[in-house]
Amino acid sequence: MLSDQDRIFTNLYGFESPALDAARRRGNWDRTKKILEIGPEAIVDVIKKSGLRGRGGAGFPTGLKWSFMPKQVHPDRPHYLVVNADESEPGTCKDRDILRNDPHTLVEGCVVAGFAMRAHVAYVYVRGEFIREREALQRAVDEAYAANLIGRNNVHGWDFDIFVHHGAGAYICGEETALLESLEGKKGMPRLKPPFPANVGVFGCPTTVNNVESIAVTPEIVRRGAEWFAAIGRPNNTGTKVFCISGHVNKPCNVEEAMGIPLRELIDKHAGGVRGGWENLLAVIPGGASVPLIPKSICDDVLMDFDSLKNVQSGLGTAAVIVMDKSTDVVKAIQRLSYFYKHESCGQCTPCREGTGWMWRVMSRMQQGNAKVEEIDLLYEVSKEVEGHTICALGDAAAWPVQGLIRHFRPELERRIAEYRGTAMSKAAE
Amino acid sequence: MARKIIIDGKEIEAEDNLTLLQACEQAGAEMPRFCFHERLSVAGNCRMCLVEWVGSPKPQASCALQVKDIFPNKDGTPAKINTNSPVARKAREGVMEFLLINHPLDCPICDQGGECDLQDQALGYGRAAFHRFNENKRGVEDKYMGPLIKTVMTRCIHCTRCIRFATEIAGVPDLGATGRGEDMEVTTYLEKAFESELSGCVVDLCPVGALTSRPYAFAARPWELGKTESIDVMDAQGCAIRVDARGREVMRVLPRTNEDVNEEWISDKTRHACDGLMRQRLDRCYVRRNGKLEPATWTEAFAAIAARVKETSPQRMAAIVGDLVAAEEIKALKDLMTMLGVVHLDCRQDGAKLGGRRPSYLFNTTIAGVESADALLLIGSNPRWEAPVLNARLRKTWLNGTFHVANVGEPFDLTYPAAQLGNRIGVLDALADGSHEFASVLKNAKRPMMIVGMGALTRVDGGAVLKRAARIATETGMIGPAGSPAEGGWIGFNVLHTAAARVAALDLGFLPGKGGRDVAGIVDGAQKGEIDFIYLLGADEFPADKLGRAFVVYQGTHGDLGANNADVILPGAAYTEKDGLFANFEGRVQEAERATFPPGDGKEDWAIIRALSDVLGHRLPYDTLEGVRLALAQQVPHFANLGQVPAHGGADPAVWNAVGTDGPLDNTVPLASAIADFYLTNPIARASRAMAECSRIYVHRDRKMAAE
Repeated sequence: MLSDQDRIFTNLYGFESPALDAARRRGNWDRTKKILEIGPEAIVDVIKKSGLRGRGGAGFPTGLKWSFMPKQVHPDRPHYLVVNADESEPGTCKDRDILRNDPHTLVEGCVVAGFAMRAHVAYVYVRGEFIREREALQRAVDEAYAANLIGRNNVHGWDFDIFVHHGAGAYICGEETALLESLEGKKGMPRLKPPFPANVGVFGCPTTVNNVESIAVTPEIVRRGAEWFAAIGRPNNTGTKVFCISGHVNKPCNVEEAMGIPLRELIDKHAGGVRGGWENLLAVIPGGASVPLIPKSICDDVLMDFDSLKNVQSGLGTAAVIVMDKSTDVVKAIQRLSYFYKHESCGQCTPCREGTGWMWRVMSRMQQGNAKVEEIDLLYEVSKEVEGHTICALGDAAAWPVQGLIRHFRPELERRIAEYRGTAMSKAAE
Repeated sequence: MARKIIIDGKEIEAEDNLTLLQACEQAGAEMPRFCFHERLSVAGNCRMCLVEWVGSPKPQASCALQVKDIFPNKDGTPAKINTNSPVARKAREGVMEFLLINHPLDCPICDQGGECDLQDQALGYGRAAFHRFNENKRGVEDKYMGPLIKTVMTRCIHCTRCIRFATEIAGVPDLGATGRGEDMEVTTYLEKAFESELSGCVVDLCPVGALTSRPYAFAARPWELGKTESIDVMDAQGCAIRVDARGREVMRVLPRTNEDVNEEWISDKTRHACDGLMRQRLDRCYVRRNGKLEPATWTEAFAAIAARVKETSPQRMAAIVGDLVAAEEIKALKDLMTMLGVVHLDCRQDGAKLGGRRPSYLFNTTIAGVESADALLLIGSNPRWEAPVLNARLRKTWLNGTFHVANVGEPFDLTYPAAQLGNRIGVLDALADGSHEFASVLKNAKRPMMIVGMGALTRVDGGAVLKRAARIATETGMIGPAGSPAEGGWIGFNVLHTAAARVAALDLGFLPGKGGRDVAGIVDGAQKGEIDFIYLLGADEFPADKLGRAFVVYQGTHGDLGANNADVILPGAAYTEKDGLFANFEGRVQEAERATFPPGDGKEDWAIIRALSDVLGHRLPYDTLEGVRLALAQQVPHFANLGQVPAHGGADPAVWNAVGTDGPLDNTVPLASAIADFYLTNPIARASRAMAECSRIYVHRDRKMAAE
C-alpha cells in the first residue's frame, strides 16, 4: 500500500482548502524556479527516466511524447501545451477531483511541462459538464496570476499563460485531435494522423496534448527525482495512479495508489470490498468503459497496471474500476455502453458511424435474448470490422466491451437466447 | 524526393508529395475510394482505401498517408504495402458492408445507376452471397439544396465531398453536416439553396445517388446516351465539356478534365442551360410578308435577301456578329461582306472598346498562369459571374498563398477577400501615377496581374480606361519577360471577355472597316435611315428592336430579340449541333464537336452563308469545313494550333503604348456590372427552364425564407 508521504495529490478528498496558500503548505509551487533552472531537456529526461506513462488511457510514455516537440521554436509557430480535462470516460472521475480539490498541482504542472516543451501558452480543455470544476480551476489560475506565478514577467522567469476553455460536452472531444478541432472552434471530429500534434497541432502549431493527471504529477516527479517515482510500482508501470472505484462496492472512492496493486487489494482496502463479499463478484471493468471486462476468475489475482491487464486482454485505460456483482445484468450493462458509443460516435468515418449503431441494436436484442446463436459470432465479427479500421480510437473503444462480453460471457448470451426461444415456443403453443 | 516502396510485390519509386493511394495507383493497383478526391482536401473518412502495411498492426487508409510518411523497414528495405492481401480485402469488405447496411436498395429508380461508385465497388467488395444486417435501415429526410440539385439523403454515405467542395473550391460554405454518429446529415443548414454558380459540381462529386441533377431527374440512363467531347460557349472560358445526347436531344452536359482551362469544374449555366437547346428554336426559314413572319423555304428566303441586297448600296449595309457563333461562320460572313464592299461590321455588341494588337484583348496570364500570381487588380469585372470557373482558380490562388486582391467596380462577394477601391473610375489615375496605396502593393508584388472587365470597357470612356489599365500594367511590372511563368516570364495584363465568339471575331478583324460604324453607329444609322440592310449572325445582345425601317436578316438558333425584329430568318445550328472553332479569352482555339443535328431545316451556319454567297453572286472560295478552316488558318495562323495559347512575347513598348485611346475618364458615371443576370446571358440560357428558375431563386430571390 502506498505510504502517505509518497502521495502526490494530498488534497484529493478536499479536506483542506484548494486555495493557493493551502496548496503551498502542501508543497505545491515549492521551488518551481529551481525546477525550471535545470532546463527543458533535463526535465524531459527526468520524466523519461521516471517511466511516467500517460494517464489518459493509452499509456504512452509522457517523456517520449514531450521529446517529439521541435527543439527549436520557429518564430511563426509557437508551441502549445494542451491539457485534456475532457474527462468523459464512463466510470472515470479522477481529473474531476484534481480540478476541484488540488487544482494547483495542475497549474504548476502546466508551467513545468510548458517550459519543458518551450511553450508559453497552455490551454486547459475542461469537459462541458464540469461547471464547478472549471470555476475551481479558474480560481486557481487567477490566484496564480495574482501571485505572479504565471503570466508575463512572473517569478519563474518563463512567461506563461493558461487559458481555461470550456467544452460543450461531447465524449469525442476527449480524443486529442478532436479536442484540438473543438478548441479551434470547429466541430469536434478527430483529425487524421499523421501529421501528429507535435508537428501540426492546435492552430497548426506544434502541440502536446496531455491528460490532467499526467501534467499534475510532473512537478512532484522532478522535485523528488525520477528514481523515487520509478521505485513505486513495477518496471514499465511505475509511479502512483489515481484509481476510481465505482459500482457494487461498499465505499466507492477515488484513491491514489501505487501502480501494480492487486485488484482485489485495491477493492478490499480502499472501497470497503465488493457488496456481499468477494465471492459475490461477477466481473470488473478495470479501466473505464472502453476496455473489455474481466470475470471474477481473472480479478482474483490480476495486478492493476498497463502490462498485467493487457496480458489478460483488457487494459488499464483510465484506471476507472467498475465493479459488478452477481446481481448485475451484464448483457444489459454492455448494451448500455454500446448505446453510449453509438450516441457519442462523431459520424466521420464509416466503420464507427455504421458499426456502433449495428452493435447496439444487436446487443439490445441479445439483452432480451431475441437473437440467434449465430448472431453472437456475427456481433463479434462486426466488432472486429470496426476495431482498427477507424480514424480515432472510439471505434476500438466501442468494440472492446462487446468483445470482452462475448469472450467471457458467451454461455450467458446463449442461455438467454435459448430461454427467449423457449418462452416464445411455449407462448406459441398456448 | 522520391521514396522506394514495394507495392503488391512491385518496387516503385513514388514522389514524396503523393498520397499512398496515388502511389498504389501508379503501381497499377486499383484503389477503391469514396471520400478521396484529387482536388479536395483529404478527409480519410470512408475507409474504403485501406491497405496492409506489412508490420503495422492495423490496415492503413492509403489516402491519408503521404509517401513521405511511409518510412522503410528497420533493416532499411523499402516498406511493403499490399493492396490486395487478405487483410486489405477483408478490411474493405467490412467497410463496404457498413456502407451498404444503411444504403437503400433503390438502384432501379436511382439516377446514379450505371455510374455509381458504390454500385461499382460493391461488385468488387460486396459480400455477394448473403446479407446479415437484420435491423431496420436508417431513413433520412431529403434536403433542399436549390433548383439544380435533387437530394435523396437516405443514400448519402457521408463522404463529405460536397461539403469540402462548397467550402474549399466554391468558397460558399452553405453545406455542412449536422448531427453526430449515425444521425449525421449533410444539409444546407437552413433549407436554403446552395448559392454557388458551381453548385452542379457537387452532383458530379457525389459518389452515390444522394445528390443528383434535378433537371435531369429520371430523364435517361447513362448507357443510352451518345457522348461527345466538346467545348462550352456559355462564357468565354471555353470549358471542356462532354455533351450527352439521346437521339436529337441533348440530355445533359458534363465537365471534362482540362487542367489548363477548367480543371474539372463547369458552371451551372454550362451544365444546365442545355434544356434551352430544345425550346424557342428556329427550325425553318421565315420571311416577313405584310408585317408578319411567314414560313418560307431556303430558296424563298435567299431570294428575298438577294433582292434586297441588289437594291442597296454597300455603304447602307451592315453586319453584326453575335456571342455564340463559331469562327467558321464569322470568317464566311466577313469574306462575304468584304466581297460586297460592306464596311459597317462589328462583333462587339456590348460596345467594348477593344481591337488592335492581339495581347491588348486577351487574357494573357492564361488561366493556369493565374496560380503563379500574387496580386490582382480587378477593373470593372466580376469574375464570379463572368467566368465562374476562372473565379474558382482565383480563389485557389488565394488559398494557396499570398494573393492581394483589389476591386475597382461594384462591390461583390468574390469568395475571397478583396479590397474595395470604390466604383468610380477616377481611381485608375491614382493607380497609374503610383499615388494610390494599392499601386505599391502591385509594384511590390512579384507577379501582379489585372483583369479588365466588360463593365469598364463597354463604357463611353472605355478606350481611356483601357489606356490607363495598360499604363498601370507597364508601371507596376505586369508586363514582364517573355515566356510562361514556369520559364520565368510574366504578363499580368488581362481582358476578361464574356462572349465565347468575341476573341475569334476580333482575331478575324470583324470590326468596322475604313469609315465603318460600330454597333451603336449601326443602330443609330438604322434609326436615322442611313442603314437599310443589317445582317445579324446570332446577334441578340444589342438593341435589335431599335433598328428603324432597316431590312434585318437574322441567322441564328433561337427566337430571341434578334429574330423577333427580323425580316428574314435563317435557322442555324447551336454549338452542340455543329463542328466549330472557338477561341477562348486566353486566345486558345478549341473545337466544339457536333453531338446532335440541328432541328428542322436548320443548317450549319458557315454553309448557310456559303449558299447565300452563291445566290448573291459572290461565291465564297470554299465548299467544305476543311476548306473554311484552311482559309481561316491562312488569315490567322493560330487557328491551326488547336488547344494552344500564344506565348508571351515580352515587353514590347510599341504594343503597350498603342493600347486604348487617349481621353479623360468620366468619374461621374459609376462602374456597373457587365452582367445583370448570370443565368440569362444568351438566347440558349434565356430559353432554358432550369436557368429561368435559377434566375428567379438566386438573382431575384423569390423563394421566401421559412421564417417569413
